[in-house]
Amino acid sequence: QQASAEGASVPTCPSPTVNQYRLDEDEEQLVDADVQDLLISVDEPESHVTTIETFITYRVVTKTTRSDFDCSEYQVHRRYQDFLWLRSRLEESSPTLIVHPLPEKFVVKGLVERFSADFIETRRRALQRFLARVAQHPLLSRSQHLRLFLTAPVGELQPHKKQGAGLLSRMGETVRAVAGSLRGPRSRPEEFTLMHRYLEEFGSKISSVDKISRRISREQREYLEELRRCAPSYSLWAGLEEELAEPLRGVATCVERCCLETEHIQHLTQVLVPVHEYVLGADTAKAVMRRRDVVHADYEVKNEALALQVCGGDSWRRRWAAWRSVLELANSALKEDWCRWQDSRRTDLRSAFLSAADGNIQYYQKCLAVWESFLLSQ
Amino acid sequence: MLDEGSTLLRRMEICIAEAEKRSGKTAMSMQETFTVYLVETRLTDAVAEGRSPAPNFLWRRYSEFELLRSYLMVTYPYVVVPPLPEKRAEFVWHKLSADNMDPDFVERRRVGLENFLLRVALHPVLSDDKILHHFLTEEHGWKEVVYETGFQAKADSRLRALNATFRVRNPDKRFLEMKHYSDQLQSNTSQLLRARARVADGLYGVYKVHGNYGRVFSEWSAIEKEMGDGLQSAGHHMDAYAASIDDILEEEEHYADQIKEYLSYSEALRAVCRKHELTQFELEMSSQDLVSKKQQREELATGIVRTFSLKGMTNKLFGQEAPEQREARLRLLEELIAEGEETVREKTAEWREHVEKACVEMQRFKEQTDRDLREALISYAVMQIGMCKKGVQVWSNARECFLKM
Repeated sequence: QQASAEGASVPTCPSPTVNQYRLDEDEEQLVDADVQDLLISVDEPESHVTTIETFITYRVVTKTTRSDFDCSEYQVHRRYQDFLWLRSRLEESSPTLIVHPLPEKFVVKGLVERFSADFIETRRRALQRFLARVAQHPLLSRSQHLRLFLTAPVGELQPHKKQGAGLLSRMGETVRAVAGSLRGPRSRPEEFTLMHRYLEEFGSKISSVDKISRRISREQREYLEELRRCAPSYSLWAGLEEELAEPLRGVATCVERCCLETEHIQHLTQVLVPVHEYVLGADTAKAVMRRRDVVHADYEVKNEALALQVCGGDSWRRRWAAWRSVLELANSALKEDWCRWQDSRRTDLRSAFLSAADGNIQYYQKCLAVWESFLLSQ
Repeated sequence: MLDEGSTLLRRMEICIAEAEKRSGKTAMSMQETFTVYLVETRLTDAVAEGRSPAPNFLWRRYSEFELLRSYLMVTYPYVVVPPLPEKRAEFVWHKLSADNMDPDFVERRRVGLENFLLRVALHPVLSDDKILHHFLTEEHGWKEVVYETGFQAKADSRLRALNATFRVRNPDKRFLEMKHYSDQLQSNTSQLLRARARVADGLYGVYKVHGNYGRVFSEWSAIEKEMGDGLQSAGHHMDAYAASIDDILEEEEHYADQIKEYLSYSEALRAVCRKHELTQFELEMSSQDLVSKKQQREELATGIVRTFSLKGMTNKLFGQEAPEQREARLRLLEELIAEGEETVREKTAEWREHVEKACVEMQRFKEQTDRDLREALISYAVMQIGMCKKGVQVWSNARECFLKM
């Protein structure tokens, strides 16, 4: 379990208890492998213990045919902090693009404990999903930060992380200014207003779905606890009987087996993590909308200032054109990204719900088999 | 005349068709509402002969059933008398009402009372009883007839005796085992019923929360274009899933009632064992009494005092009594001894009859228990299978909808 700061250590994490209900790994490859020229996977979580802290690193494996990469294959080890850094850099360099969310830093209530095998596995999958979405993105996948993240050997990433604050923090002031003025740009195009409105509604609905799923998980846990107490009642009684002992024991066994199946279904919370990601995703998208608004407001402000200036001529026109194109670029990038986001949203949510349905179907089929075999024996 | 082994049920169809609410005044002139049950009987001979006579029917309330059962228990103390459905709802899980007027409770009670009558009518001994026949065929005046049998007095003394503590010298192993079994049966069935009620509660929670999905999916589908239809119809299936638990748990309640019946039966079983102890105890007491009286006679006759007695002491201290007094006492003793011998004969007969009949009855009861409970367990398995099949169906339907998203 001990490791040096460089991270060269034997994998020691406990293997997860997630089992036959886990998503097929292929399902997590969001795009056909033939088309993709950048394939990234996240695996082999390792525990590191230093005097200051304990943390987990993950192995990130990249396979690529892209020319902007020197080699065709890379292997690095990254910790959660590194992913956070990458994402914030991506957001900063492309403030009006919707970047897929990362799993939350702290444990969300109702899910598993930190450092448990299930938690680590859930996080690993989420990190992989994040990188897969980024790799799939025509603009974000070109980011130099991504390249650095995927290729820099350990030790070389640190200095880059210390670089100065990005565009976003500079934007911060303007955002505050816009927020302070209590209005967005004066002439926000209709389509963006519709997106805003949609995100408000969707955000609230997906958040409800997420809460309901957590509640169901809790109720199932309570049900399981009570069911566990039932089986011994039958066994105890069986010990007292002669003729009845056999059917009573049979029922006890059935109840025990159903308890096992119910334990497995608890792991369905894994399957519904993408739902939670879209709670985060909706917030991200809303932030992107606000940033676009800022760019737009910025343009309006500059536009007004320019219109008030007496001098005209080419330089005026050139400056106006430059600002205009910044806005138009931002708008069109966002519109494209919106479509992309809507597509992945549909894919991800559909797949999550399908997996949940499959999990439930399998659960009932297994329990059915248990009770049918008992009936046959009678 | 009934053949050996034939029971009332062969000659008569019995059922409890309905339940109704009535109002009336209690003995203390207070207004009360109670439920009456329609007891329908029809002679099967008549049906077999091609005649279709109108069924005989009358109304009985729960307290009259209780009276009938009390009477049967006192009159046939070696029989494990079938129990009545519970007086108040026990082992309630949250949805079930503990209210006696609740229609579900009343319905389950109707089934329980019918079951009671059928069991009694099927019993080789009980089914011959006149009071039972009267109960089934004459509505008015039945109570008076029951009281006229004077069973009440027997019931009171029996109750006193059963509650008294006493020890038997040579307990019969079979009855000891039966008593032990009835204690275990009671604790096992109550534990099981408690656990089952909690499981029902838990399951109810899981299913009902899925109904929230239905509501949210429906609202959400309104803002979606491509995903809308899939979400909307998936939502309907989630609603159906949530609603399905009501029927599932109602069915399970019947299973619980079957277990409850055997919980109540354990009491009846214990009563039979207790009665045995009582008869044996009385026999032992009366035998002992006879022995001591005979000893007294011997002492009086021979003048040799073997046992300590106050009379003996006073004799020693104050001198012997006159011969006439001795003669009188001897004669009295002889009478008492004769009575005592008669008592011992009676008690022995009573004891023996109870032992013989009770052993037959316990055997019959054991066989019935094994049969009934095995069937109950099988029906429970069938219920679980039904529930699982419904689950597969609902989620398969939902899956189809998700595919369309």
